[in-house]
Amino acid sequence: MATKASRAAARLMISPAVLLLLGWMIVPLSMTLYFSFLRYNLLMPGMEEFTGWTNYRFFLTDPAFTAALWNTLLLVGGVLLITTVGGTLLALLMDQPFWGQGIVRILVIAPFFVMPTVSALVWKNMFMNPVNGLFAHLAKFFGLQPYDFLAQAPLGSIIFIVSWQWLPFATLILLTALQSLDQEQLEAAEMDGAGPLSRFFYIMVPHLARAITVVILIQTIFLLSVFAEILVTTNGGPGVASTNLTYLIYMQSLLQFDVGGGSAGGVVAIILANIVAIFLMRMIGKNLEA
Amino acid sequence: MGRITLDKVTKSFGDVNVIPPLDLTINDGEFVVFVGPSGCGKSTLLRLIAGLEDVTSGQIRIDGEDATDMPPAKRGLAMVFQSYALYPHMSVRKNIAFPMKMAGVPQDEQKRRIEAAAKSLNLTDYLDRRPGQLSGGQRQRVAIGRAIVREPSAFLFDEPLSNLDAALRVNMRLEISELHNALKTTMIYVTHDQVEAMTMADKIVVLRAGNIEQVGSPLELYHTPQNEFVAGFIGSPKMNLIRGAEADKHGVATIGIRPEHLAASTESGLWQGTVGVAEHLGSDTFLHVHDHGLGSEPLTVRVDGEMPVRHGDRIFLTPDESKLHRFDMQGLRA
Ligand SMILES: Nc1ncnc2c1ncn2[C@@H]1O[C@H](COP(=O)(O)OP(=O)(O)O)[C@@H](O)[C@H]1O
Ligand SMILES: [Mg+2]
Repeated sequence: MATKASRAAARLMISPAVLLLLGWMIVPLSMTLYFSFLRYNLLMPGMEEFTGWTNYRFFLTDPAFTAALWNTLLLVGGVLLITTVGGTLLALLMDQPFWGQGIVRILVIAPFFVMPTVSALVWKNMFMNPVNGLFAHLAKFFGLQPYDFLAQAPLGSIIFIVSWQWLPFATLILLTALQSLDQEQLEAAEMDGAGPLSRFFYIMVPHLARAITVVILIQTIFLLSVFAEILVTTNGGPGVASTNLTYLIYMQSLLQFDVGGGSAGGVVAIILANIVAIFLMRMIGKNLEA
Repeated sequence: MGRITLDKVTKSFGDVNVIPPLDLTINDGEFVVFVGPSGCGKSTLLRLIAGLEDVTSGQIRIDGEDATDMPPAKRGLAMVFQSYALYPHMSVRKNIAFPMKMAGVPQDEQKRRIEAAAKSLNLTDYLDRRPGQLSGGQRQRVAIGRAIVREPSAFLFDEPLSNLDAALRVNMRLEISELHNALKTTMIYVTHDQVEAMTMADKIVVLRAGNIEQVGSPLELYHTPQNEFVAGFIGSPKMNLIRGAEADKHGVATIGIRPEHLAASTESGLWQGTVGVAEHLGSDTFLHVHDHGLGSEPLTVRVDGEMPVRHGDRIFLTPDESKLHRFDMQGLRA
């Protein structure tokens, strides 16, 4: 791509794809924006009318909104924390030579291939159920009172389930990064008198910084929109204890048939996601520079 | 102090025996070079001394103390790796400071040592750069700086110059020799390049397949190689080794004569042959002489740079009898 001519040709060639993607994004976005300013309820078809900021006012002043906002942040932050720390430790473990390494690596990746609905249902019915769940049986075996995870700690349970799904992803990326670390650097550090902990914090962690950044950015995108796990386990409850923004918007527009309110929520969610993105890029984006 | 003794040290990787029982003493302040072809176990030997590999059997003593099971950091040795192994995310200053930080050296002492090292290695202007922003020679110097500040009892170098271009290599060779003269610390230097070995060493250890073939000063190895392998390995260009009838005349299996100990003439001499490729270095010219009837290998001979010979010319060669090396059937010096 050196000459002017080839650069112009490149732009021309790439433009259909860019236009298609632009349209793909612009059309739903502008429709959402448009709906968010309408009073539009599916129970009263044909009654749509322009209402200005009313939908936004209702959405933002709803007490459920603040709760959902915090739940979203807790969910994203909690899962990120568990998966990056746990992923790093698992990657360190799997980087050691041991018998059956290949099989173990495949097994560790397995949860990533399980659909969110399925894994959430498995956790809900087979593990966390206070009567039939494995944990309940375990508790009874030790003579303890079974714990109703989804009722007593709904958000924590969901954080746990989602972390279980995303741990393999983080582990895999961090393991590849760890394997690309020059062994001589570790040996040099060893000769320089660095013990295992110092080697980890001074050599490995800085080496992993870029991979950790990638894990955090990619996971944040997906974690902001966690939905299926909530739908099949707690339905956002009890109350709004496990309702995140995505689930709140779903309740608004589909359970209450309020397309206008749901759209306003959607726009708010877009803005919040962008704020999170800007914060993240500010904080850790520099790790991605070569 | 830095007196290192290896006592019947062996090393195997699984079934592969890389170092057969090996004894060696390295005296305090010596510049010792391990030289040998690639894969002969030089790096392994160095890593055994450093403690990065465990010996399979035998004992390593540093200053009389048994160091066989000591962790690397406790041995008081500093190593410069072939890949430099600098920490890419730390500035040059932090790289050099790292071993002192690990050892808990006070801040102002760290600062003093960094500045002294940077000054002696011409790194003062680069202290705040990252290794990625330095040239190969500068990275090499940072690696050396990181080793110096620890004030080790011995330095270990594993082919430190092999990633540098030829001109820089000559420079760094001199700098490392200067460093040795200034610090008077024991240095063990691994290389496959016999020129580096000859120019830098107080003592050369020639290795082949983990065995020590000969230990001696550069000139000892040059003048009295103990076997054919050392004779062929030390000296550039290589010694001419002649077998068969001509060797029988001297009553041995092989005779060796260095290119510089053959007198060339266009009129008369003991042996004759045809000039092949001539390598002109300016001061000298190395001629490859074919069809000499002494074996299939061409003979190499050093002649004056001005000698007017061309490809295909007839040439006469006479060896200097007093410089002739004789080897028996086992390849040992006779
Ligand atoms: N970690 C290892 N595992 C198995 N074999 C090894 C290992 N390290 C070195 N070797 C073998 O030991 C021999 C000597 O290697 P090395 O000491 O690196 O040679 P040099 O540095 O002289 O080129 C080689 O044949 C190499 O294949
Ligand atoms: Mg080597």
